[in-house]
Amino acid sequence: MIPELPLFPEQASTMAGPVDQLYFFLIALSAFFSLLVAGLIIAFSIRYRRRRVRLERPEDFGMLQLEIGWTVLPFVLSMVIFYWGAMLFIDLRRPPADSLEVFAVGKRWMWKMQHLEGRREINELHVPIGQPVKVTLTSEDVIHSFFVPAFRVKQDAVPGRYTDLWFEATKPGRYHLFCAEFCGSQHARMIGQVIAMEPADFQAWLSGTERGAAPVSMAEAGKRLFTDLGCVTCHQTDDSGRGPSLVNVAGSAVELSDGSSVVADSAYLRESILRPQQRVTAGYQPIMPTYQGLVGEDQVLELIAYIESLRDRGSTPLGEVTQRKTEAATEGTAG
Amino acid sequence: MTPDPSSRTAVNYLNVDYGVRSWLLTKDHKRIGFLYLVSITVMFAIGGLAALAIRLDLLTPAGDLMGDDTYNKMFTMHGVAMVFFFLVPSIPAVLGNFLIPLMIGARDLAFPRLNLASWYIFILGGGITLYAVLTGGVDTGWTFYTPYSTEGSNTNVTSAALGVFVSGFSSILTGLNFLVTIHRMRAPGLRWLRLPLFVWAQYATSIIFILGTPVIAITVLLVAVERSLDIGIFDPALGGDPILFQHLFWFYSHPAVYIMILPAMGVVSEIIPCFTRNKIFGYKFIAVSSLAIALLGFLVWGHHMFVSGQSVNASLIFSFLSFAVAIPSAVKVFNWTATLYKGSIGFEAPMLYALGFIGLFTIGGLTGLFLASLGLDVHVHDTYFVVAHFHYIMVGGAVMGYLGGLHFWWPKISGKLYPEWLARVSAVIIFLGFNLTFFPQFVLGYLGMPRRYHVYPPEFQVLNVFSTAGASILGFGYLLPIVYFAWSMRYGKVASANPWNAAGLEWATPSPPPPDNFAETPVVEDDPYGYTRIDPGEELQVA
Repeated sequence: MIPELPLFPEQASTMAGPVDQLYFFLIALSAFFSLLVAGLIIAFSIRYRRRRVRLERPEDFGMLQLEIGWTVLPFVLSMVIFYWGAMLFIDLRRPPADSLEVFAVGKRWMWKMQHLEGRREINELHVPIGQPVKVTLTSEDVIHSFFVPAFRVKQDAVPGRYTDLWFEATKPGRYHLFCAEFCGSQHARMIGQVIAMEPADFQAWLSGTERGAAPVSMAEAGKRLFTDLGCVTCHQTDDSGRGPSLVNVAGSAVELSDGSSVVADSAYLRESILRPQQRVTAGYQPIMPTYQGLVGEDQVLELIAYIESLRDRGSTPLGEVTQRKTEAATEGTAG
Repeated sequence: MTPDPSSRTAVNYLNVDYGVRSWLLTKDHKRIGFLYLVSITVMFAIGGLAALAIRLDLLTPAGDLMGDDTYNKMFTMHGVAMVFFFLVPSIPAVLGNFLIPLMIGARDLAFPRLNLASWYIFILGGGITLYAVLTGGVDTGWTFYTPYSTEGSNTNVTSAALGVFVSGFSSILTGLNFLVTIHRMRAPGLRWLRLPLFVWAQYATSIIFILGTPVIAITVLLVAVERSLDIGIFDPALGGDPILFQHLFWFYSHPAVYIMILPAMGVVSEIIPCFTRNKIFGYKFIAVSSLAIALLGFLVWGHHMFVSGQSVNASLIFSFLSFAVAIPSAVKVFNWTATLYKGSIGFEAPMLYALGFIGLFTIGGLTGLFLASLGLDVHVHDTYFVVAHFHYIMVGGAVMGYLGGLHFWWPKISGKLYPEWLARVSAVIIFLGFNLTFFPQFVLGYLGMPRRYHVYPPEFQVLNVFSTAGASILGFGYLLPIVYFAWSMRYGKVASANPWNAAGLEWATPSPPPPDNFAETPVVEDDPYGYTRIDPGEELQVA
């Protein structure tokens, strides 16, 4: 049997091609300079090897011109590479507005995935091809890193905060998902798969029809938690409760008791659930107890999905929350 | 050339006194350098055995040799021993200690007692770390990332961190000693621009020791504090920030890379003129580039954090500065290459190491550009590409430089010659073994194999087998110098004062030098590397 010896990873996302172009350019550049230096060393070593007769060389031949040349040329080249890499990075860091949202929580030693429509997965992530997918990441314990080599994307999942990455898969298949940040005993076993599917297949999978009962959406699950945890006793749909109403809060600017204001993004909502005393809405008493330890990161995400679904005029599609944030911030509506 | 008979009988630093006491209480910089040589060789052996275990385990995708936790402890031991207890002290503490006073015409370092204290602190730190390893080990990796190190790991993190903390003071005091010595104790006429480039490199390194090491010391201490007292600094569950740790850690640990490579560059800058019989090309540019690297090196730490959640703007700035720091390194490579032009080039073992250094450092530096490129780093970050890159710098660069320097100055250190042909063969074995070990790892990394993986998908196996085969050759190559250096101490041919016909004040003393180095303080009247004035027909003394 001839063993497998791949030398180059599969290209399965829209960013894989552009990233690889820079890679090949740098290989060509590196090969050129390595061969130049090695070639000169070998040529000089042969031509000027130690012999009885000694060649005299003029002192400091062309020194200044050479020094300037080999300082300026590498600098110019490196700025070209810098610019190229920076442009790629900005593309990689900026999810398109129409991205499908999914959530991944790292936990020693597995990935827990959630889809807004309610399907949950462990160590597998189903995604459609031809559509950008934004993965929001966090961790239950230590730092993990979400790495899909075939898509050329990687992002650390940091406990206590949300990070994200995005990709657009280009061909159906199963791709390695690795944890790339050392996280303890079974770090190397914290691996999974991203399964890219045709959009129709993905929709069928997402609605869970192959399993019978349709899954409960994240917002719906969040609503149940909201009731079960007793949140609803203080946070009512109008401002009559002991806590502020949460209708239209997500993405809006919130006035705080210290006079400043904050945009109620998912990071703020998460903090308000787990460390409510940190930044209290103006006009309310700091009486909310912490839910740290009572809810897991996956449940926090469900609560946030529910809060984001609380709109007074019909329901807002969740994909638009990101855009709404900036608009809401300028409007200055308080929660 | 016949050996100088006086060096056999004359009092030198080795035969002036015998017995354990005379070594453990010595204040002679040469003896202290020798103490470091022995200590870091032990650490190198420990780190090397761990590397061997890692490579053997990676022969199979299932990692059949050891369990998960054992593997994690092995790579941690490898990293901690090699970085903190071998590479950081290697050239400065061994060759720097031995050579700086000799090169500047001084009788010792400015603070001989402090110098001995530095060694004891180093031994204490190393001892604490070895204790941590022997009583169960540490599994955080040498990077001690939080919150894993403070909350997640149930291994001996606290004692290992204390070991690193303690040994840091050894670096700080050594750096201080070197800076004061270079400023205050240069021989008459030895102006700054007449200093050997090795001394310039040590000067730049000392700046990093003094400015950087306190930061790592306080950082690992904070880890120990958070771990033992539950004071929230880095752990978000306690209200801390895990990314803060990464900033503090890399603020030292990136400059630490330059602690490892700058002295090696200094060694190469001494060897190349000697074996080309040429004045070094671009002396001022090489000297200034060392300082530029030391200073710019403090401003690039964030390039380890492009996927950590650091802001895009910060990443852009760190990427830009990382490209900037590549320039002085490139300048050095071109200057060394130009020094070969119209030389009279000999290929004794030190020169083979120096040429190997240039080749491997060039590849290591160029692959650094891949990592500094933001969009590309996202893919290769924390993969074997990074592992390959920094081994090209630290092993291909720093260790090749260290071995080249040991061979070059061995006649001065020991008073004996090492076996030249065996040394040349070893240098070639090490060069080939190194490339076979680490080149496949670039490919593995781009394929997506993450670092610190004990088990891996089967399609990565062939490249891992190449790497392990290379590591076996490399390990054998490293054994040879250890054996023949030890052998030559007793059985080697007696070295003359200047077997390489080299310029530099250290060669003006007998081999080995007397306890006080110079009977009379030398007066320097020329620029360094006056090789054009040495008769080319003269033979070198080799065994």
